[in-house]
Amino acid sequence: MREIYLRTRDLAVGYGGKTLIRDIRLELGRGEIMTLIGPNGAGKSTILKSIIRQLTLTGGTVYLDGRDMAGLSERDVARRMSVLMTGSLHPELMTCFDVAATGRYPYTGRLGILTEEDRRKVEECLELVHAGALADRDFSRISDGQRQRVLLARALCQEPEVLVLDEPTSFLDIRHKLELLAILKDMVRVRKLAVLMSLHELDLAQKISDYVVCVRGDAIERQGPPEEIFTAGYMMTLYGAARGSYNALFGSLELEAPRGEPEVFVIGGGGAGIPVYRRLQRQGVPFAAGVLQENDLDYPVAAALAARVVGERPFCPVGEAAFQEAAEVMERCGRVLCPLESFGPTNERNRTLRQMAEEAGKLENI
Amino acid sequence: MRKVWVRYCACFALLAVLLAALLVWNVCAGSVEVSWGEIIQALLRRENGIIWGIRLPRVLAAAILGGALSVSGFLLQTFFANPIAGPFVLGISSGAKLVVSLVMIGLLSRGVTAGSMTLILGAFMGSMVSMGFILLLSRRVRQMSMLVICGVMIGYICSAVTDFLVTFADDSNIVNLHNWSLGSFSGTSWDNVGIMSWVIFPALVLAFLMSKPIGAYQMGEVYARSMGVNIRRFRVELILLSSILSACVTAFAGPISFVGIAAPHLIKGLFRTAKPIVVIPACFLGGAVFCLFCDLIARTAFAPRDVSISSVTAVFGAPVVIYLMASRKGGRVKEGV
Repeated sequence: MREIYLRTRDLAVGYGGKTLIRDIRLELGRGEIMTLIGPNGAGKSTILKSIIRQLTLTGGTVYLDGRDMAGLSERDVARRMSVLMTGSLHPELMTCFDVAATGRYPYTGRLGILTEEDRRKVEECLELVHAGALADRDFSRISDGQRQRVLLARALCQEPEVLVLDEPTSFLDIRHKLELLAILKDMVRVRKLAVLMSLHELDLAQKISDYVVCVRGDAIERQGPPEEIFTAGYMMTLYGAARGSYNALFGSLELEAPRGEPEVFVIGGGGAGIPVYRRLQRQGVPFAAGVLQENDLDYPVAAALAARVVGERPFCPVGEAAFQEAAEVMERCGRVLCPLESFGPTNERNRTLRQMAEEAGKLENI
Repeated sequence: MRKVWVRYCACFALLAVLLAALLVWNVCAGSVEVSWGEIIQALLRRENGIIWGIRLPRVLAAAILGGALSVSGFLLQTFFANPIAGPFVLGISSGAKLVVSLVMIGLLSRGVTAGSMTLILGAFMGSMVSMGFILLLSRRVRQMSMLVICGVMIGYICSAVTDFLVTFADDSNIVNLHNWSLGSFSGTSWDNVGIMSWVIFPALVLAFLMSKPIGAYQMGEVYARSMGVNIRRFRVELILLSSILSACVTAFAGPISFVGIAAPHLIKGLFRTAKPIVVIPACFLGGAVFCLFCDLIARTAFAPRDVSISSVTAVFGAPVVIYLMASRKGGRVKEGV
């Protein structure tokens, strides 16, 4: 059963009383990750900042655990929701322990003195994000990745039910991106946290999110589980991208194919062709690829980068029609490359193509 | 953890010893040599002599006002997330000075001498006007150095107007006004000490009680809010407290430069922490020590003439500010809404 923790109704957000995005309806349950994606300046941060009450709502309501947030005190909200924001933070003379310990704020007394219990929890949270060894280090003298982890520990110390993160992976290298998201995923599973965040990286968003919300223009354009959102056509529309293409299966981006009649024919398959396609694309040489079954590893990349792809139905041996077509295209190309080394029953015809190219003196070594 | 507390205690002890030593030294030193025995006698008898009547109130005032300035500076630095913010640099002291001069001259021309409370109120109004102006500017000017330059300009404008008023006011008491407008602890009475204590100590206690939200605010406004700080109320309280503290100082001793920046900075370096719960009391002690030390020099270096206290604090404080400016490498005021 899905237990909704954070809900917005007809939420409208903006700056200085001017509404930028309206009719925002989000429902986030415990143990779920909801990710906002969309082009820069689309208003992802504006939505997050409004939900954490940094910006005044221009309309609508946010419900936290079924209660209107406008009616909750600062402390009540702080005990249910914590945040990790972008932007560099350089507090003066604070150790990582001190920074993480600020998360205990809603639980400490008038003067904010930490009890043994508080200290234990802070240490525990630092351990959770693998930052236990950093406790006594100066916060301004650790790496960006470590800093994000300590700030995540800070957010966890606050013992929230819902965690709001604004582009937590920006400025991190790939290892730290994965590490941070893995920790986050664990927290969600173990502590039944609800996570609302914005992400730049589509591939990561696709893999980590339970729900994806697409923000563009003055509205939420689409929302739903990642498999409904991450389709090739829609991603290009969402980002208003006219050049290049998006591969929905791999969540990866391909650059634009070189234009023009193919000059090179690539006999590929089984992944062997991909580096060659990429190299030709970089050099700006239009090329043709073939013969590839549509379920071949090379096929999506070839479809994105090649001027022409000679294909065959999935799981079928290369047939006569495809072979003839390939031979014809190859005829018109000045050069032929064949990164493929192994041939078998389904691509026996490609061996023939290779021989033809060799006889015509077009085959080049790679 | 325990090590840290040992350090704090040692630093507090050091400050306390310095404070005590400087208090005694200040009372002893001067144009008239005073022995230990005479001091003790004077304290016991409470007779109006040099010690009880002149030096002791002056020394206490220097300590209390120095501490207040230092704490006020620390509060402003937290507020603007800017290590070189302070009541003098931001023109707040000068605003207070302008209004106090206006009040003094206005009353003097009617033959009335302004009372301490009137002066404090005037100074408070002046600080609030300057402060309001700086707050307006801080929304437009994000760069820390620019904000400080604006503050210095406000200070110059206020000083120029004050000088103008002083030059054209016709009263023999104007000599006092002139001395005061340069900054000096001289001529402080026991009444003054009583009144400043009544204003400053409650304000300090309130500042200390705010150390928890101040600590949160050091993490930036967004995090502070998410931890449960009522930002709007907090900002108003912080501004009021720092203005009251610096206004009170200005009302009694005129604008005193750089204590508000130098003392908190030195204290944070000494304690190696910026935790308000430690730094606020330490700043008070540190500011007191700093001012006593500067006043000692002001009184004795060119005895029997007094140098203005502001000149001495500038000599020791300004290098700290230059160091801070240089070490921050174009640092910026933290983004805030």
